[in-house]
Amino acid sequence: MVTEHEVQHIAELADVGINKEELGTFTHQFNAILDYFDILDLVKGEQAPKDALVNVMREDETEPPLTQDEVLRNAPATEDGFIKAPRVM
Amino acid sequence: MAAHTLSFDPDDRYNAFLTTCSRAEYGTGPLQGIAVAVKDNISTAGIETTCASKILKGYIPPYDAHVVGLLKAAGAAVAGKTNMDEFGMGTTTENSAFGPTLNPCDTRRVPGGSSGGSAAAIAGGMVKMALGTDTGGSIRCPAAFCGITGLKPTYGRVSRFGLIAYSNSLEQIGPMGRTVRDVSTLMGIIAGHDRRDSTSQDRPFSHTLNADITGLKIGIPGEYFGPGVDPEVASVVRKAIGRLEELGATTVPCSIPSMQYALAAYYVTCTSEASSNLARFDGVRYGPAPDTKKPWHEAFREVRREGFGPEVRRRIMLGTFALSSGYYGKYYAKAQVARQNVRTDFTRIFSDVDVIAGPTMPSIAFTLGEKSDPLSMYLADILTVPANLAGIPAISVPCGKVRGMPVGLQIMGKHFEDERVMDVAFAYEQAVA
Repeated sequence: MVTEHEVQHIAELADVGINKEELGTFTHQFNAILDYFDILDLVKGEQAPKDALVNVMREDETEPPLTQDEVLRNAPATEDGFIKAPRVM
Repeated sequence: MAAHTLSFDPDDRYNAFLTTCSRAEYGTGPLQGIAVAVKDNISTAGIETTCASKILKGYIPPYDAHVVGLLKAAGAAVAGKTNMDEFGMGTTTENSAFGPTLNPCDTRRVPGGSSGGSAAAIAGGMVKMALGTDTGGSIRCPAAFCGITGLKPTYGRVSRFGLIAYSNSLEQIGPMGRTVRDVSTLMGIIAGHDRRDSTSQDRPFSHTLNADITGLKIGIPGEYFGPGVDPEVASVVRKAIGRLEELGATTVPCSIPSMQYALAAYYVTCTSEASSNLARFDGVRYGPAPDTKKPWHEAFREVRREGFGPEVRRRIMLGTFALSSGYYGKYYAKAQVARQNVRTDFTRIFSDVDVIAGPTMPSIAFTLGEKSDPLSMYLADILTVPANLAGIPAISVPCGKVRGMPVGLQIMGKHFEDERVMDVAFAYEQAVA
């Protein structure tokens, strides 16, 4: 059972804003879904075997990138060839 | 390359398209001048691509997805971008930020989802073929609900480069069409290796359809005809399987015990992957501008609350929860063990049979607004998610009607036997034509 407080906390971790009016509904739906997920308790074993997995990453070699113009074209706020973001500090 | 233009201006009464290209350019090749619709989560250079989300409204990709490049090289005209559940999250296409698509067979009903726009564009006669994507049934469900054919290819057979990611380990781009032949033709264009997708396999598709299924052994899982499946749907599908027997196939009962937790494993996996993938949508590089005067988290939360619909936020939160310390072992790790069990079940069954058959969906298309509760909508995916968890190919082909609405026969095959599932679907289609 998760509480409204926990759902609010998850929303903050995930950076998805939820409105006060939505919180009750989200919490109710969350609990119904998590109850259903409890069926996973029937699964035996804690960890899926990893022996069949192989690394498929390519070598880290530079390739021709998009142009600066192409990269900036979809950015809603730019300045002097940079993308503007909210302040971090 | 663009030697000609196709005038494409359909009467889109079903809201199948988010964007139409009224003058679509095309070149020469096997699909010369054929209008192909593309789901709106597949990048198209110069054509708005939104994933049916407000957060990507106005986004114009600077490059083509690999499959779109292949379509163009084959001479196809990219006719437009089709409606979908936002980021592929849904089973009805009602979760689009730009309004639901209607089912051409009955406009009071949903077309299924999430590739509902692609299915409706075909069923409504606007295009002959379309690309969809299938993470947990998103090609097969709308194909079944709209009475067309759609293939979820073997994982790795079609490049995902340029597909806006939702759940990388599950999703595949795949062909949809009016006939099995159209689906086969389109699969031949889009399959093959692409070095820009690290999970891409070098398994091109060059196949001549063969309707001879003499000696084919079909597994019939009891779980696909059990509780939760509409008895009328089950009966129509059993009749279709009987038809395959008349054509020379034999059937044996089988069982997929991991089905009991497959759906939970699927939803834990896809929401976890989504919570990571969708972190990139913060309005900075594309989308609505965050208020740069506000602190980082506050600004992003505002953009994401306004830009994402409720189902997307719900899945991001579920995934964040399933991956959080303290819950990872209970949800994510268990889901991966469950997923391995699903694969093992299929491997065991396929040591004895050639393909597995059952209904695509447990019911006919829902009426608009019928699935308002998220969990009840998730439960509708029970028959399609096993193929995604196992990475195997699966096709849905129309096999009759219940209360006037189409029903899909689902054929699942061994890894890289997309050809065989298509042959079985073709055999059925030819027999009833």
